[in-house]
Amino acid sequence: MGRYVVRRLLQMVPVFIGATLLIFLMVNVMGDPVAGLCGERQCDPATAAQLKREFGLDRPLWQQYATYMGNVFAGNFGTAFNGQPVTELMASAFPVTIRLTVVAVLFEIVIGIVLGVMTGLRRGRPVDTSVLVLTLVVISVPTFVTGLLLQLLLGVKWGWIKPSVSPAAAFGELIVPGLVLASVSLAYVTRLTRTSIAENRRSDYVRTAVAKGLPRHRVVTRHLLRNSLIPVVTFIGTDIGALMGGAIVTERIFNIHGVGYQLYQGILRQNTQTVVGFVTVLVLVFLVANLLVDLLYAVLDPRIRYA
Amino acid sequence: MRSPRAVKRLAWAACVMAGALAAAACGGGVGSGGSGAVLSSSWGDPQNPLEPANTNEVQGGKVLDMVFRGLKRYDPRTGKAKNMLAQSIETTDSRNFTITVRDGWKFSNGEPVTAKSFVDAWNYGASLRNNQKNAYFFGYIEGYDQVHPETGRQTADTLSGLKVTGPRTFTVRLNQKFSTFPDTLGYAAFDPLPSTFFTDHEGWIAKPVGNGPYRIESYTRGSAMNLRKWDGYPGPDKARNDGVTLLVYTDSNTAYTDVLAGNLDLVDDVPATQLKNVKTDLNGRYINTPAGIIQTLAFPYYDPKWNTPGARKVRTGLSMAINRKQITDTIFRGTRTPATDWTSPVLGADGGYKAGLCGEACTYDPARARQLVREGGGLPGGQVRITYNADTGSHKQWVDAVCNSINNALGNDKACVGNPVGTFADFRNQISQHKMSGPFRAGWQMDYPLIQNFLQPLYYTNASSNDGKWSDKRFDHLVDQANAESDRARAVQLFQQAEGVVRDNMAAIPLWYQNGSAGYTDRLHDVALNPFSVPVYDEIKVG
Repeated sequence: MGRYVVRRLLQMVPVFIGATLLIFLMVNVMGDPVAGLCGERQCDPATAAQLKREFGLDRPLWQQYATYMGNVFAGNFGTAFNGQPVTELMASAFPVTIRLTVVAVLFEIVIGIVLGVMTGLRRGRPVDTSVLVLTLVVISVPTFVTGLLLQLLLGVKWGWIKPSVSPAAAFGELIVPGLVLASVSLAYVTRLTRTSIAENRRSDYVRTAVAKGLPRHRVVTRHLLRNSLIPVVTFIGTDIGALMGGAIVTERIFNIHGVGYQLYQGILRQNTQTVVGFVTVLVLVFLVANLLVDLLYAVLDPRIRYA
Repeated sequence: MRSPRAVKRLAWAACVMAGALAAAACGGGVGSGGSGAVLSSSWGDPQNPLEPANTNEVQGGKVLDMVFRGLKRYDPRTGKAKNMLAQSIETTDSRNFTITVRDGWKFSNGEPVTAKSFVDAWNYGASLRNNQKNAYFFGYIEGYDQVHPETGRQTADTLSGLKVTGPRTFTVRLNQKFSTFPDTLGYAAFDPLPSTFFTDHEGWIAKPVGNGPYRIESYTRGSAMNLRKWDGYPGPDKARNDGVTLLVYTDSNTAYTDVLAGNLDLVDDVPATQLKNVKTDLNGRYINTPAGIIQTLAFPYYDPKWNTPGARKVRTGLSMAINRKQITDTIFRGTRTPATDWTSPVLGADGGYKAGLCGEACTYDPARARQLVREGGGLPGGQVRITYNADTGSHKQWVDAVCNSINNALGNDKACVGNPVGTFADFRNQISQHKMSGPFRAGWQMDYPLIQNFLQPLYYTNASSNDGKWSDKRFDHLVDQANAESDRARAVQLFQQAEGVVRDNMAAIPLWYQNGSAGYTDRLHDVALNPFSVPVYDEIKVG
């Protein structure tokens, strides 16, 4: 187990370097970021040259990348064009997005799995059919439609919530945005759980458990659900990374100042430091989440062993 | 979920009931909705640190306008430059100016505003090593080429044209005659700075200190700023509310929705998609007033195809092929008006605005347009591609409409197509590298309400915003003459003659004048926008 973890951690190194290099190159291809800094006019050449020197943009690309990576390992992600250190931006953005992701994942787990178990155990009944139709609707409607609709109904028409989230972004304010963010994944979790449960319900170990005379809820939770959750856990694990990075639309609709907002701003202003810094952290989150998912397999299914 | 609002309503009711006893206790909340006589307003994250000489966009300018007062201030209604901190600005030759600062002005930290506050601030703004993006504003002052050379290192730290001659007086010597120089001094780059700006720069940037009607109470970069009325403000335009909370919105649609729900008091950029409903949505609490912004199509004169006598006719033809009225009515719903000259209506007739100066060259006339394009030798390359940035300001819609209009007028489906560029930064990049092959979007927001500002930076040879590199000796000569002319009316006339040269060559196609728009909740009264399309915060009354 220990060796397995070490091997996986080592594998992360090339993935990490490759991913950051790609992002670095992509942002660089977009052109000279200093040009956008002076509004509808050309920066005067002397100031432009000095800014380039200060941001290190006058040096060859490989050198820029090497310096950047050196700084990253020293914990310095550089400075955004507005003079704020990128670490400061991260310190304000990541807690917000993590809270939003936690809310979203909780929705996925609680609602998604409960609905999945319910429908999986009652295949073909009216509950099953109606939930299936509902998930189909949720999957086919784009997030921004759900978001804007809920914002208009709950925020303006009925006045239950504030249409936007305050800069503090407390958990209570993030419930509706979290639900919107989770909606599509939630539908997938429901469907995955349902299929998995329905399949395993006819397997030998469940029949054995029932024959032993175990109470029904024990059969379902300890035997059936535990074995059926493996694909669901995989999905949710990889979804964490996707939720954190892909919240741009939701964050824009509800004016949440999280990772999506900083990335969007960074891309618009062609701010290499911000974009590469945030994406680097997101890559790390993705890698770690994947490792945790793999380790969870062993917990859920005793047949799986890592050496 | 419904608790925050309900609680707030209760709190309000309690405040009203207890009003007679302890009215003050209900104010001062820092919540996003604002309470007491504090209003909340939409904001965008300023692109640069909030140094006066480094702020060149409207969001940072909004804050500076509340926190600073300069020698002059542009009247929020008429746009006229009026003395604010200046007691007098005297000159006999339009080149040497003696400026006296009024007595009794202070920064909100108690430090008096003196002649030195101005001279130090201007020297800081001009110096190359401080990377100030508005440095070129000091380019008229003698010694600028030493503190800010085009290449190489600076050979001086201070402008030789600035001299402090007393606690409240200083002199300015320009490197050329510039009669309307005093009127440019209302621009934020010329604001005074307290000594803490130089001694504790980091601290100042985190929480700027100025001499305006508001002081900054707290500032969370990238999300919100709380401004409070400064009780010690000595000026005539004291704030009529207790403060303003600026909240950063990524999307103006969200800000607009928040205003509808009463979660935000003022949105100063009503999104184009909402214009259709705004009047009924807000029950008349919507303003739409002219701002000093003009949108044009510029041309690449570094491309020989566009720099021929025939191309002049083609440009005029294209201008006459655009149905401005129809586009401003249908796409912008009256928030823009067809342009008939190259300035802006906010200048007023005696400031240099002349409706109809463009004449028939800006009038929709498909038949004449077709004829002119044919006479000019047809479209260079057989097609015009209008380049624009697609990330902001719904440019795609109007570029497509302009192309459609041109295609219909010329009877050729492929005469004009839009050429979107992903980001503004890349768009500017391509322009500065002279990569344009046809007309491109050019917007101009005035820095100060003078006709000079609409002409010289855009069409003078090698001027800072002359992106198309247009050059005409007659135009340059008329502008030089106008700048040297000390009689204001005569100077305006000369500028208008120069504008005539722009028209005769159709150096850029004027499209429309842009209005500023804002929507607000019923808590606010006396909401107005100044000619820079920024709300006049100090005049807003709450409740």
